[in-house]
Amino acid sequence: MNARLANRIALSLFWLGAGLVLVLLLGLLFFILFEGTRAISWDFLTSPAATTRSGGGIGPQIFNSFYLLILTMFITIPIGLLAGVYMAEYAKKGPLIELIRLSIETLTSLPSIVVGLFGLLFFVNYTGWGYSLMAGALTLAVINLPMMVRISEEAIQGVVPDLREASLALGATRWQTIWRIMIPAALPALITGIIITSGRVFGEAAALLYTAGMSSPALDFSNWNIYSPTSPLNPFRPAETLAVHIWKVNAEAIIPDVKRVANGSAAVLISIVLIFNLLARWLGHYINRKLTAA
Amino acid sequence: MAKSSFSFKTNSWLIKRKRYHEIGGKTLAFICAAMVIILTLALVYFIGTKGLAAFFINKVSFKEFFLSTEWWPDRPLIEGGPKVGALSFIIGSLVVSMLAVLVSAPLSIMVAVFMVEIAPAWGQRLLQPAIELLAGIPSVVYGYIGLILLVPFIRDYIGGNGFSVLAGFLVLAVMILPTIISVSTDSLRSLPHQWKEAAFALGSTHWQAIRLVLLPAARSGIITGIVLGLARAFGEALAVQMVIGNTRKIPTSILDPVMTLTSAITMDMGYTTTGSLWNNALWTMSLILLGLSFFFILTIKVVSKKGGRY
Repeated sequence: MNARLANRIALSLFWLGAGLVLVLLLGLLFFILFEGTRAISWDFLTSPAATTRSGGGIGPQIFNSFYLLILTMFITIPIGLLAGVYMAEYAKKGPLIELIRLSIETLTSLPSIVVGLFGLLFFVNYTGWGYSLMAGALTLAVINLPMMVRISEEAIQGVVPDLREASLALGATRWQTIWRIMIPAALPALITGIIITSGRVFGEAAALLYTAGMSSPALDFSNWNIYSPTSPLNPFRPAETLAVHIWKVNAEAIIPDVKRVANGSAAVLISIVLIFNLLARWLGHYINRKLTAA
Repeated sequence: MAKSSFSFKTNSWLIKRKRYHEIGGKTLAFICAAMVIILTLALVYFIGTKGLAAFFINKVSFKEFFLSTEWWPDRPLIEGGPKVGALSFIIGSLVVSMLAVLVSAPLSIMVAVFMVEIAPAWGQRLLQPAIELLAGIPSVVYGYIGLILLVPFIRDYIGGNGFSVLAGFLVLAVMILPTIISVSTDSLRSLPHQWKEAAFALGSTHWQAIRLVLLPAARSGIITGIVLGLARAFGEALAVQMVIGNTRKIPTSILDPVMTLTSAITMDMGYTTTGSLWNNALWTMSLILLGLSFFFILTIKVVSKKGGRY
């Protein structure tokens, strides 16, 4: 009888705990989105940030975030994919693979501010680039690379081994098998993984403070000359991203409408990250259906 | 005869080309994998040499840095010279992240058990994606929510000026919930279901099966989740910096403001000159963060080796 009562109480406590967490987390999410919608307008999304007066927008910050994401992914995807191929297809058990795994674990668990400081030493000072998009992208690549390696390795290992064996039995080399059979078959898992890590990169701020910088020069969006300092495409200009902007306006801005700008930025940031996540799920399902159902 | 020798030639040429591709591809893949090791070593080397500069170039003693709370990095020589005792930051970081885990771990384990064992199908379908979405929310946003909701609430209803240890660890606790939940859930899911059935067959209630069989069996996975959460809390910079008030004092109550290693680095790194004592002391703090994250990885390795597969 006693045990049964204890069972009842315990189980209802579990319901309560889970409900509490779910309500809390979703509540916060909706709070941010709701507060933000009042700040967001077309003008807010496209105009540059103000330094002293009110009414500034976040246009360049949104652009910087996407541009930085694209640069980061250009660096991370090829290297991470090839490293994942090596881990899944070529590596033999031994001290080398253990060392690679240890490195991956180390890089994954490092606080992003520490990676940012490494970026400051190496990509900002040592290379002489100063605070720049390129330094930021390389720093984010250091954070992202271990995740990308793991994603590719798992995606390739998730492919049915019969496919590989059939391909090798038909006389294809390992390299041909990897590119023509394994990677296409692993594509749904790869794409899902890449989009989810993109969301992470998009929201990263601590690693960017001292690499991509906390300011954005005046940009001229009609200037497509990549070497010009006012061109938005110049990868060697400093660039403040959306996530950094949220921190920056709260920490040191002197504009009177800090709260409006921060609310709007947070809502935009959250929405984009949510869209990345939903897109990853949907695209994964979609490609999977296309490939398997035919 | 001539024809067959020709086809033999093309064949050998093709085979040769294939072999070059094979060797080239393998080498390229190896270089990329080696890049991960090189990056890690470079990172440890750069942060390591910079982090030790305060001790070997500025001749700060280990005792002063780790055991003193006297932090006057720019005090002129006439008034006694600079002092860089980082103890109050170290304690600040430890207190805030430990308290965060203390709040977050029990809740996370409850949610994990609920998701795997208790929730009906619709509950799982709702919770799983919700937790995944929440894991993707950027930490700056958690900090910002803390700043506009939690800090004023604490100021108005509990006391102090709002920027406090309390606000810091609550923000971190919420932030690390998804981490601990997802790792614990994986570990509970990987248990063989016969174990639970055996417990039921022996007459135990659901709660007894959870408490006496499932949780102990999933222990190493759950501890891994908690250590990962602790590591994340310890290394978080901006979310904490926004809500803890950043005062260089050892807190005596959870309503006092504090400063952590990460928030000190965040705030001062941009305003100190490279090579100065103050700047070098900040690099030493980042070396501490690096060292601790090695310690956390090691702990996880030991725990999962002890716990075996389950």
